[in-house]
Formats: sequence, structure tokens, C-alpha cells
Amino acid sequence: MRRRPATLHRLAGRALVVLLLGFLILPAAVVAIAAFNERALLAFPPQGFSLRWFTKAFDYRDFQIGWHNGAIVMLAASSLAVVVGTGFAFVLDRYRFVGRGLIETLLLAPLVVPHFTVGLGFLLLAAQVGLMRGFTVVIACHVVLVLPFVLRSVYISLRNLDRRLELAAESLGARPARVLFTVTLPLLVPGIVSGFLFAAILSFNEFTASLFVTAQRTQTLPVAMYNYVREYADPTMAAMSLIFILATTVLLTLANAVFGLGKVLNVDDGR
Amino acid sequence: MQRRPFLGLFVTPAGVTALVLAAALFAVLQYSVRAQIPGSLEVGGFTLENFAAMLRPLYGRVFLTTLMLCVATAAISLVAGYPLAYALVHAKRRSVKSLILVTVVTPLFLGEVVRTYSWIVVLGNNGFINSALLKLHLIAAPLELLFTVTGVTIALVHVTLPVVVIMLAAALAHIDPNYRKAAMSLGAGPARAFLTVTLPLSAPGIIAGFTTAFAWTFSAFATPQLIGGGKVNMISNLVYQLGFANFNFPFAASLSVAALALTLLALWVLRRATRPFEQLGQH
Repeated sequence: MRRRPATLHRLAGRALVVLLLGFLILPAAVVAIAAFNERALLAFPPQGFSLRWFTKAFDYRDFQIGWHNGAIVMLAASSLAVVVGTGFAFVLDRYRFVGRGLIETLLLAPLVVPHFTVGLGFLLLAAQVGLMRGFTVVIACHVVLVLPFVLRSVYISLRNLDRRLELAAESLGARPARVLFTVTLPLLVPGIVSGFLFAAILSFNEFTASLFVTAQRTQTLPVAMYNYVREYADPTMAAMSLIFILATTVLLTLANAVFGLGKVLNVDDGR
Repeated sequence: MQRRPFLGLFVTPAGVTALVLAAALFAVLQYSVRAQIPGSLEVGGFTLENFAAMLRPLYGRVFLTTLMLCVATAAISLVAGYPLAYALVHAKRRSVKSLILVTVVTPLFLGEVVRTYSWIVVLGNNGFINSALLKLHLIAAPLELLFTVTGVTIALVHVTLPVVVIMLAAALAHIDPNYRKAAMSLGAGPARAFLTVTLPLSAPGIIAGFTTAFAWTFSAFATPQLIGGGKVNMISNLVYQLGFANFNFPFAASLSVAALALTLLALWVLRRATRPFEQLGQH
């Protein structure tokens, strides 16, 4: 007799979790269905099956430019962020110096300062120095926005690094540069790689600040998609969204299998 | 032998980056106290007019809507996120754990535009929810979900929920299960053990989750813009509209400054108010 309420509880708990997961999946599932709709007007259940919206998504000029610009900005911004972030994480981990706290506060500020404020700031700054139309301002803005995540990722790697390995190399006569390149950096590779991946994903998806700092010629994919949604209501965006959703899910599942997302996000209880 | 090798070499790029960001934020501050010259991107002399104009009821309402949406979104995410985080941490099978984790994390990586568009398809008059409810004869006319506070809140919770789950799960994962066992061995039922042991010990996760959800919602733009459709406006939408529709960049800048001050104030109040709970979690 005493068993039953516990089982009921457990069932109710499970139902609740399934319901909440359903809420998280719902938009992706609905968009997946809408993407194959034959008609131009969204309707449920969909009328007819068609792949033409996918063709249209790939042929649409602004999206093609968006993929291209997004890739340029993503590669440039994440590479720069990794260089800046790795160096600063290193000195943050080891040295005290004048301005340490100030630089750290500024570089972590984009976690709290809304993206529209950062975007507006870079737009106004670009206007002042006459760099309004190029990629420079877009890339600079993205570097600042993704840097906190690179910093965190590399910093955690540095904290977990066994300093005795460096001391061993040093005591065997290695100069600081040699220790850095043959011991420290190779041990930091996981942190640097995951920092780069984080930065790349965030940069490629960044929207609000990009809307402020991109021009017609430099617009990234999210900006192009936003403009499309404002102008057209056909399922081309559904097709685009489905491509994004599938790519993201595959990448995350892979990352989970290789790195163990639970460990990266610090939610494993160590069992 | 240098005592601090690479210090200068490694600090310089970070210093330059910090300087550029400082210059950008300073530009916002600088524009916020300048007069607008209608029809021009050039700005006039010093003025505090922009900040005075913000006191008009029209803008007060936008500030209020923004704060309300931030609090509601953060609170709903906490309540809905707790069971998910609990299930994530205590799932016995590896595959179930991975399934929950990937499902929870995916919305985070989709980007605001794709996520918002998906919700338009779900919430619209011909959208999924209304079509389904109409087919089942549960409603006679489509529900108004798009262009309402309810619709905007639903779509905002969709992205804050994952963050809150991750933060709660991190807190829950680090609670020593022996505390709970001790409480239960002393006669506490599961409910009592949860309310008096697990819940207080997860306080740091609750606070971090609420704070982050609040700040993220404050920063949201595409969701209120597209799902609110001009009927539900947040500060971000007003800033964009002032800049790109009215070319009134000084006023847009002053709103950003006020918004930033408001965020910092809200986060500070939150931290002060929750300090006693923070200590609870440091076992």
C-alpha cells in the first residue's frame, strides 16, 4: 500500500518533465512540418508536400550573401577572440598588475550590457571614425561580444593545468618561450578549441548588435533572415530555420559525445 | 631571466580590445547628452533634454513593460526549470541524461531570429496552436497570441529556460546527497527533505538563474519586435526605432544609458536582497 503514492509521484514527475521538454521542442517540430508545406501560406495541417522552399532558401540572393558574410565575420572574430582571450586568461591566471581588474571588468561587461547598447555604441564609434560601411566594425563588435566565453573556457583549462609540468620543463633548462609552446599551449588545446567553437557559434548567430553595425553590403545571415521575415510570410524562412535547427542539433549531439556537454556546462554530479 | 614572462605581450591585445569597447560605450554616453539636429546625423550642443523627455508617460510605459516582462520571464523560467534541472541531475540512465541535456541546450544555440520565427509559426492566427484547437473544436475563434504580452512571454521563456536549467543543475549537482539522506533518516518525508534541505542548498543556482534570465530578457530585441509586432514594446525596440526610423541617435543613446543604469540597479538590488540566501548555499 505504501508504494503506490510514490509511484504516482514519480509518474507525475515524469509527465511534467516530458511536457516541459515538449515545450522546448515544439517550435522546432512545427517549423519542420511547415517547411515542407506546398502552399505559400502557412497552414496546419500542411497542404501537399514540397521541397521548393529549400530550393528557394538556397537561391535567395540575400541569404547567399548572408552565409558568405557570416562566415567571414565568424572566422575573423573567433580567431581574434581566441588570440586576445588566451593571452589575457594566461596573465589573469598568473600575474597581478596595474589595470588588471579594470581590463577584466570591461572585457566581461558584454555579459551584462544589453547587445543593443553594444551595437549602438559600435555604430556611433564607427560613425565618429568613418568606418561605417566595412567589415571592421562588425568584426570588432563580434570580438567583444564572444570574448567573455573564450576567456572563461581557456581560464578553466589554465586552472586545471598541472604547474609541475611547466616547472619540470623549466628545471631542465627550457626558456619561457619554449615552455609556453611545448608544454603550456599543448595542454590548453581543449580549452582553446571549445572556446573557439563557442565563439564561432555565438558569432554566427548574433543578431541584435549585428543589426546596428551591419550595412546592406556586410549583413550577416541572421540580419538577412530578419529582413526576410519582415517582408515575406512564405515558408522559405521555415526551410532556413529547419536547416539551422538540424545543423545545431547534430553539432550539439556530436559535441556531447566527444567533449561531454555535462562536463563543459558543469552539471555532472560526477557519477 | 624575466620574472613575469609574456606579461606585456599578452596584456596588450586585451588592453586594446577593452579600450575599443570603452570608446564605444563612451560614444553612447557622449551622444546621450547632445541635442538632435532633425534630418541630420550630426549632433548639436550639450543638453539634458533627452533625459527629461524620457519622463513622458509614453516612455514610462515602455520601461514598465520591460521590467514586467523581465521579472515574469525569470520567475516562470525558475518554476519550470527546477523540475527539468532535477531530472537532468538525477536521471539514472546516461542516454536519458544526454537526451534531456541536448533538448534543453538546443534553443540556446538557435539564434534569436530562427527561434522567434518558429514561435510566429506556432502562435499565429493560422498557426499550429490555433489550427489544432480549432480542429478539435475546443475554441470557436482563433486565440490572440501574436502581438500580446502572453505570446512575447512564452517566446522569451523558451530561451531563458535553458540557461536557468543549466545554472540550477550546476547547483543541484554539487549538493552532497548525504545531507538529504541524513534528513530522511531522521524521519523527514521526501517533500520535507526537499523543502528544508535540497531547495535551500540550491539557492545560489536559483539566484544566478533568476539574475541571468532577467538580464537576457532585458537584452531581447527580435522577440518583442516580431512577436510583439509594435503592440508590446521593450526598451530595445524603442532604441532601434528612434535610431533607424527617426534618426534621433542622441535620444536612442540616452535611452540606452538609462536602460543600462536600470539593469545595473536591478542586479544590485537583487544581489543585496538575496545575500542571506547566498550564504545558505555555501555548505
